Amino acid sequence: MSFRLYHLQRATALVLAPLVLAHLFVIFYATSKGLSAASILSRTRGSDGWAAFYGLFVLAAAIHGAIGLRNVLAEWGPAPLARNPRALEAIVWTLALALGALGLRAVYAVVA
Amino acid sequence: MKNLIVSIWRGREDGRFVTYEAPRNESQTVLDIVTYIQREVDPTLSYRFACRVGVCGSCAMTVNGRPRWTCRTHVSKVVEDNRLQIGPLANLPVIKDLATDMTRFFERWQDAKGAFAPTATRADPIAAIKPEDARRQAVDAGIECINCGVCWSACDTVRWNADYLGPAALNRAWTLQNDARDGAAKERLSAVAQKGGCQACHSHQSCERHCPQGLNPTASIAGLKKMSLSAYLRGELK
Repeated sequence: MSFRLYHLQRATALVLAPLVLAHLFVIFYATSKGLSAASILSRTRGSDGWAAFYGLFVLAAAIHGAIGLRNVLAEWGPAPLARNPRALEAIVWTLALALGALGLRAVYAVVA
Repeated sequence: MKNLIVSIWRGREDGRFVTYEAPRNESQTVLDIVTYIQREVDPTLSYRFACRVGVCGSCAMTVNGRPRWTCRTHVSKVVEDNRLQIGPLANLPVIKDLATDMTRFFERWQDAKGAFAPTATRADPIAAIKPEDARRQAVDAGIECINCGVCWSACDTVRWNADYLGPAALNRAWTLQNDARDGAAKERLSAVAQKGGCQACHSHQSCERHCPQGLNPTASIAGLKKMSLSAYLRGELK
């Protein structure tokens, strides 16, 4: 892994750690209180706070996950792929963009 | 004592284990067993050794699945069910039997700029370095490497990542980075922060677990990670 990717992955992990804990807390809160979809949406719609929270979550997860998968493929993937940096880059960029796009679309759906 | 049943790797990569018998003696080492078989049973068996006292680092082999220095490994410590399996070190091409081609292992030392770069001449006074100096203590912790290749053989990252410099070369780089007399710190830090450098280490600590000298290359590599990040933040590393 390159110097930059290594530190980008650590930095996004640092961002994700508190966000994941907060996300888990939200899930437990919503399920233990038995909140309906409508009552959840009433809290998230128009909320800049939730948009920022989950927007940051999605971007950090997309970067972190893609770099991690790149490393897994480079070390454990089939040799033709593992030894082809261009193919690795293509897969990883596709995954990062797809995760980012799908995640942001979901965030948009609950906050807009 | 009952004779020992010993399986020894014969041939190259496509070789196989061949079973021999060897008499058991008190205080016998794994190297004693290999030497017995070569001298008394099959003189075509190839292996390496030199000092027999844990200094030269040439007799490392895979014993019952683990890399070990065979001259300092007592049979009684590793024998299982009266059997020993002895193979060449892993992660290196096999030349023949128990002898591996260590070229790549030593090339990585060069890649990691593992050579001391002097900043003084013999006409200069000897550098005064106190034993309690923190950097000197970091050097002391990693300096006793005997280049045996056990850590290279034990390392998962070496197996998975063809670019990886390996625990021994990075440990060497760390000791030099802490040597106040060395003049190549910048170039070396740049070399070990490249693709395949210290950031590739997964910190599995197999090197520390297996190092016959009790060194901890993982800790040295962690030191290089910290050192390269702070150099990057100071703008000294691109």
